[in-house]
Amino acid sequence: MNTTRRAALGGIASAAIISTAHAQTGPIRIGYSISRTGPNAGGANVTTLPNYQLWVRTVNEAGGLRVPGGARRQIEVVEYDDRSQSEEAVRNVDRLINQDRVDFVLPPWGTGLNLAVGAVLNRGGHPHLAVTSVTERIPELVQRWPNAFFFLGRSSAASEALVTTLQGLQRGQGLGNTVALASVQDQFGIELVNAGRAALNRAGFRIVMDRQYPLGQQDLAPLLAEAARANPEIFIAFSYPPDTLAITEQARIANFNPRVFYTAVGTAFPLFRQRFAANAEGVMGIGGVDISSPRIRDYVARHTQVVGRPPDGWASPVTYASLEVLEQAIAQVGTDRAALIRAIGSGTFDTIVGSIRMENNQRIAQPWVGQWQGENFVAVGGAGTLTPVQFPKPAWRPA
Amino acid sequence: MNSPIFLAAVAAIAGAFALVQPHLGPFWQSLLINILMYTALATAWALFSGPTRYVSLATAAFFGLGAYTMAFLGEAMPLPMVYLSAAVIGAVVAAIVGLSTLRLSGVYFVIFTFGLAELIRQLVTWAEAKFGGTVGRFVFVPVSPTDIYFMLIAACVAVFALGWWVQRSRLGWALRAIGEDETVARHAGIDVTRAKVLLFSLSASVMSVVGCIMAPRWTYIDATIAFNPIISFQVLIMALLGGAARLYGPVLGVVPLAILFELLQANFPNHFSILLGAVFLAVVYLVPRGVAGLLEKRR
Repeated sequence: MNTTRRAALGGIASAAIISTAHAQTGPIRIGYSISRTGPNAGGANVTTLPNYQLWVRTVNEAGGLRVPGGARRQIEVVEYDDRSQSEEAVRNVDRLINQDRVDFVLPPWGTGLNLAVGAVLNRGGHPHLAVTSVTERIPELVQRWPNAFFFLGRSSAASEALVTTLQGLQRGQGLGNTVALASVQDQFGIELVNAGRAALNRAGFRIVMDRQYPLGQQDLAPLLAEAARANPEIFIAFSYPPDTLAITEQARIANFNPRVFYTAVGTAFPLFRQRFAANAEGVMGIGGVDISSPRIRDYVARHTQVVGRPPDGWASPVTYASLEVLEQAIAQVGTDRAALIRAIGSGTFDTIVGSIRMENNQRIAQPWVGQWQGENFVAVGGAGTLTPVQFPKPAWRPA
Repeated sequence: MNSPIFLAAVAAIAGAFALVQPHLGPFWQSLLINILMYTALATAWALFSGPTRYVSLATAAFFGLGAYTMAFLGEAMPLPMVYLSAAVIGAVVAAIVGLSTLRLSGVYFVIFTFGLAELIRQLVTWAEAKFGGTVGRFVFVPVSPTDIYFMLIAACVAVFALGWWVQRSRLGWALRAIGEDETVARHAGIDVTRAKVLLFSLSASVMSVVGCIMAPRWTYIDATIAFNPIISFQVLIMALLGGAARLYGPVLGVVPLAILFELLQANFPNHFSILLGAVFLAVVYLVPRGVAGLLEKRR
């Protein structure tokens, strides 16, 4: 991955030397501050950074970003590491805007860091293409920051789409109504479970277990033992990547086989499929992609070739799509940032995840429930082109 | 350094910082905010740890308490009251903790203070999840970066004035005696525990106020952001580089290290941590008594 990055940067550097100093034909400078180190590095290196690199490379190989009038301008990248700290992210973005004077800033990974830099981007009048920033208070945020666009929607939408999918299985496939709930004590986990619990109750499901565990909990065996004793039809864990892996592993060891098995963040990671191989089959999680789309298949192939591994099946394609939105908006109105913010807010954009149109600066319609079917994490719930759920989940096989 | 010169120097530097503000762009203001924040934190740290030689890693705990005070009360009461509340909360928690733990010394105290930040972080997470229904908190208060800049100048002046007063008071003498030999100090009739707890609380109170001032800069805090252990370590290394034995010592560490961090971050973003480690080693091996110590040896 390092060599491809260097190759991409080398290409950019030589392009920068060739291009003249004239502002309209010189490179477009794009900066980002990202967590290369610290606790956020895992998420940033799976979901955000590879897509920035892939996009810059794709655009530059095609000759550069198209601007009105038909000219193309190469992208030049300025990159900083925020070490997963809010204060560093704020200072890096201050530096990008005021010292490096970049044309655009791409956001960091994670809700906390996106909100930390949100105020700086707002003051600087830069468009803020927030993807990996999911919170219930997005409608309030876009009131304060009209330059911010949220591509992944709200936590409650994820939980409600899951419950709708489960209701479909009840009606069509004879799924029962007992649910065991587990959730991680972190912002997103708590928002998911609060919305999920309410939606489950409204839909007439019976919650037979409802447990929370602290972030970073290592031993999840007791939790799974309790779930197995409750013998539910449905197991839902609103979990984060490390616990998603631990919970799935523990369920397999305990041979706990509910008919629906759902783990949240991290289920869509390629790592999940590598780790559990055939046992990933039928596991549901947050995200999902429409694998019938040729553009997604092309994206997965390019990502695999350039980055060295496939993208995750949730926020990765959306991150890439947010960059396509930026690219198309620049082609329409150029690099004037105020005009660009208006264009992104009002336009319709054709991207790898389908057509994107912002409603009050938010992307609402999207797949929310995914399931491992063969090699792919396919969309089975939410909006968009969906694949039928594979039901019931096959029993665990000995590893 | 005698006191009129010292106080005049503090006033002059604070005045200069205030005067240059209109000419700073957002970038330089951001850098100076960082320097001011660490000046206040490291000087507050040295206030307690300098004379007593108790190495505390609890900076992040008090800083985080202050940040959470802003998150909880920022929209509920007038801002001056919020800063005051942060000062009181920091002092009260430090007093409670200090009464039970300042009997520890040496490495036990170091480990305890490190654990304290983690303990408070876990407590906050648990309470938020249990009663708050969320773990992240939004901080939407009308405080601009320029406001933060001026408030940090005020905090720095306050901590220097506090340090100057403590050095002159009976409390300062008591603490120096404790640092030399606690047993002897006790036999000399000093109420050792009272002196230590009092100063630990004063120092913690400043740290909480700084956290409270900084929180609006991030819009959003959760326990991981507010109680980040990196803050404790950076404050420690800055104070050690400068020299914790003198009131003006920590500044001599803060300024070069903050500028160095900035240069490393801007020019070697992908090698930052490695270069930082090398700098720390150099500090410990080459300037064990701090910059202040070097300066005094020259004289």
